[in-house]
Amino acid sequence: MADLWDGIAQAFWLLVTLDKDLVEITLRSLRVTLTALAIASMIALPLAALLAVRRFRLRRVTIAVLNALMGLPPVVVGLIVYVLLSRAGPLGVLGLLFTPTAMIIAQVVIIVPLVASIAHQSLRELWSDYHDLLISMNASQVQRIKALLWDGRRALLTAALAGFGRAIGEVGAIMVVGGNIDHATRVLTTAIALETGKGEFAMALGLGFVLIAMAVAVNLAIHWLGHTESEGRW
Amino acid sequence: MTQQMFPLVAKQALVRRRGKVLVGPIDLTLAGQGTSIVVGPNGAGKTTLLKMLHGIARMGGGSLNWACPMEQAQRRQAFVFQTPIMMRRPVVENIAYPLQLIGVPRKEARMRAAQWAERINLGDALDRQAVLLSGGERQKLALARALIREPDVLFLDEPCASLDGRATREIEDILQEVAAAGTRLIMSTHNMGQAQRLADEVLFVLHGRIHEFTPAKAFFAGPKTPQASAFLRGDIVE
Repeated sequence: MADLWDGIAQAFWLLVTLDKDLVEITLRSLRVTLTALAIASMIALPLAALLAVRRFRLRRVTIAVLNALMGLPPVVVGLIVYVLLSRAGPLGVLGLLFTPTAMIIAQVVIIVPLVASIAHQSLRELWSDYHDLLISMNASQVQRIKALLWDGRRALLTAALAGFGRAIGEVGAIMVVGGNIDHATRVLTTAIALETGKGEFAMALGLGFVLIAMAVAVNLAIHWLGHTESEGRW
Repeated sequence: MTQQMFPLVAKQALVRRRGKVLVGPIDLTLAGQGTSIVVGPNGAGKTTLLKMLHGIARMGGGSLNWACPMEQAQRRQAFVFQTPIMMRRPVVENIAYPLQLIGVPRKEARMRAAQWAERINLGDALDRQAVLLSGGERQKLALARALIREPDVLFLDEPCASLDGRATREIEDILQEVAAAGTRLIMSTHNMGQAQRLADEVLFVLHGRIHEFTPAKAFFAGPKTPQASAFLRGDIVE
């Protein structure tokens, strides 16, 4: 219990003094996660809309695989990305291993299935509402997808936030491909793992509280920017 | 030059769902003028028939041909559903959407949508979310959205079901106006008074088949089939 109180005090102190290392690690965490989220959303949301509006032979299999991949073990993803990016691997020439870019790639792989699956659920419902109308208006496949993405944007925000939550708290994959290098690839989660390993529980807890606070703040900010709670809006 | 759409010729056209024939086989020739009203008891197949003619119910057999190429015919039709489908957008954007689909610039589309909104007495609600409108307002919006592209053919599936007298009157006025301007109306209704007010010809549908297809006056003066007579008398027709 004492460690918990120490953690809270430590977190408060780190925040109040705007600890230089904390700020650096936090900004890196945000940069890596938000970049991964943006890339993953660009892949997952159109994919989800396509799965909602288009019937093709392997559609059900694709949906089942996406759902299954939601529980993809991050360490395994990290390992695969590591093998691909390592010097002997097919993408080794790019020299990306142990860089924030490698961490972004791993996070994209982890969150694309999650964002796509959640987005698909809501877009499928919207498509069942819009189906007859858009077909009646002779809307093309691309126009249907655009309409779903635009009109379902607030539900898609929830999917994106779920992806953000998964990515910001991820540690296994980014530890493997990033290496937790100080001033280079260290982020909040890997720093927490390091401090815990050193027995610095108060510091680890402090960083943990900062991580939670940041996740809540980003969620609130996105909801506020999206006006999800405004009267009369969707 | 825009090709003539009519006649619309259906030969042995049918719609199946899960192996069961919902509508058809139907042989029908529709000419290019007037208002056709589809009547019949619940579950007779009126909605499916309209959707088949419009092309949104997949046909399970037979053929359906317009006088012009199918692609052109599809662009020149619109459909108003019994339960209006509201897009999750403001009123003005709902009405403007069909224009945006055919590449009309957003500003012009919104301007024309605003004119239509005025015409259907929704001028004050341009920026309101469409899903917040009342039933009558939704149906008027759906009608304006269908008419904004000035279709040659308008299908309406019981557009006034569950509306009060005033809203029904407003919608009928608009329908009579567009019919007078040359739009071909093909509409289903349960309301025999409305059918008499609007119809030039009547299609009586039962068990997915067209039992009568006659001029409205003749139909209401004396239907040819006993089922249609019973239906007009208000008897239960099974």
